[in-house]
Amino acid sequence: MKLHPRPRPMAPVALRAWTATGAHGQGIEALARGLAGNRSALRANDLAGIDLATAIGRVDGLESLPWPDDWAAWDSRATRLAWWGLQADGFVDAVARACERHGAGRVGLVLGTSSSTIAVSEAAYRALDDQGRFPAALRHPELHTPHAITAFVQQVLGLQGPAVTVSTACSSSAKALAVAERWLRLQLVDAVVAAGVDALGGSLLYGFQALGVLGREPCRPFDAARRGISIGEAAAFALVERGEAAVMLQGHGESNDAHHMSTPHPQGLGAEQALDDALARAGLAAAAMDLVNLHGTASAANDEVEAALVARRYAPTVHACATKGLTGHTMGAAGLLEALVCALALERGLLAGSAPTTTPDPVFGPAFAERWHAQPVQRRIRHAASHSFGFGGNNCVLVLGC
Amino acid sequence: MPPVFVQALGWWTPGCPDWPRAAAALRGEPAAPAAGAGRPAPTLLAANERRRAPDAVLMALQVAEEACTAAGADPATLPSVFTSAYGDLAIVDALCRTLAGDPRLLSPMRFHHSVHNAASGYWAIGARNPEASTALAAGAHSFAAGWLEAATQCITDERAVLLVGCDTEAMGPLQSVNASRGLLAVAMLLAPQPRTAQDRAIAWRLQPGAHAAPPLRSAAARTLQAQAMADALPLFEALADKASTTLSLPLSTTLALALTLSPA
Repeated sequence: MKLHPRPRPMAPVALRAWTATGAHGQGIEALARGLAGNRSALRANDLAGIDLATAIGRVDGLESLPWPDDWAAWDSRATRLAWWGLQADGFVDAVARACERHGAGRVGLVLGTSSSTIAVSEAAYRALDDQGRFPAALRHPELHTPHAITAFVQQVLGLQGPAVTVSTACSSSAKALAVAERWLRLQLVDAVVAAGVDALGGSLLYGFQALGVLGREPCRPFDAARRGISIGEAAAFALVERGEAAVMLQGHGESNDAHHMSTPHPQGLGAEQALDDALARAGLAAAAMDLVNLHGTASAANDEVEAALVARRYAPTVHACATKGLTGHTMGAAGLLEALVCALALERGLLAGSAPTTTPDPVFGPAFAERWHAQPVQRRIRHAASHSFGFGGNNCVLVLGC
Repeated sequence: MPPVFVQALGWWTPGCPDWPRAAAALRGEPAAPAAGAGRPAPTLLAANERRRAPDAVLMALQVAEEACTAAGADPATLPSVFTSAYGDLAIVDALCRTLAGDPRLLSPMRFHHSVHNAASGYWAIGARNPEASTALAAGAHSFAAGWLEAATQCITDERAVLLVGCDTEAMGPLQSVNASRGLLAVAMLLAPQPRTAQDRAIAWRLQPGAHAAPPLRSAAARTLQAQAMADALPLFEALADKASTTLSLPLSTTLALALTLSPA
């Protein structure tokens, strides 16, 4: 490993508005209620056309959502999820006000997704015409590209600043916040909508089944009985600006394990470098973190490496929680969704629990068990970290504060 | 905005497998015949990984290696930005076919290769590079969006950043919605300072308004205009030609990247 130059501290940026829609329902209050009640929203797979015995975190009602005629060509589960997610918590109005303040050309969009609208291409392959082409109804070219949801959200919000899709698997939308901060720091824009959107679909579910990491029962991160991941879907959005707000992004760190496409580095070196960089940009020590939202997928290898990192670096008083058993692993949306779990802790003192896991696997040792929290806690905190360690060895750690 | 400096370039197409040959072709000079063109063979991948890797990964790693070698840069130390409009379309085609046929036959290898950050992940593994690496897409403007991210990281972290753009050809039924034809991979090592007097400086800013992509000057570039990474071509033409120049690369229908190229 070569000497890595530690980044300099950055000026924090403000989370001006945010919203999240996932298996707990539409809007941030649905998520907050789910977290406060430590209630897993996972259920047995009941998606049409997906014949797999697994638990999923599904957003109800997407299929029957009245779809606006103006967006007829953009219809897909993923764009429906993005649309439904945008219509909560006054988010569209907050973005409209930012466009008024700065001009739409000064408001950017960075959206993290892993599967985007690939489900539309999958559907087209199931319904090829007699010449082997996509059926006429599924030939909107803009839907058959990884950038599709970003282009859709950009048009819905009327944004005219730079717009880009980050697709680095599970770290995608955590990295979207890092891109947003850099754009703001260089004054390329005055506001950025950072987003994470991933919908349930065949490629993700059958893909993780092929890898042998899909659990049958709702996932149990860090449990001795952890038996694989549960995939969920979510749309999370944050409006980020320079200046002050109740919740600030204080640091971000990105790295790569440089080890294996789907197995973490055994000593967690990449994850730790991302943590160190996020702390350096925040100008804080790991001991200052009151909360850490773990990547915690409930895959055997990931949890073991992450538990060791938590025991080694965070203070015994830290509140470590893993929320993928509550929401499902929402893939490209997970980074931002879990940053918003941290934002709820910073804003209103709601520190999430880790259902359905209660007691962590004893092999992780007493230091991890001391930091682990199965139940939610109400207390004021100053600083939180969120871990996103993804496929392809791609890592991102965020530090948020108030 | 401080300028960035182009320390090295990389290029791969089936008929033109390195930047010196491509630069000549983009200047309109008769190209030297390429020996051994066909499949790129990046040396950083182990032989068994090279055999299994999809085209997009091989092409991306090939140009990444070329740029690092040309600049004398250690591949293990550079942050990287990988951009691609579509990822590997042969893999997308195979993935969709399997899911439409018998989804339980999807292989773990194919799923590995289908993620948009496959090239980024294989580069990190092959180069033993733990630095930040990202994978972006922005439709027809994927190169320009990737360039924006690489330049932004270069300035904010004051570090050299490796940019790689790569796209493939639409296969099978995807051809009914996807016009990408041919293969193209490009790389650019951007740094906050010049390394040699030959480096080119690029002053840059965002430019509001609708801007058409600059017309392609060379026959070599025009043969690639249906390629999904074709929005890289005007900048590579300008870099092949040593003259100072300005050009606008569209980022969308309402925004462009205004670039001014000059000697370092």
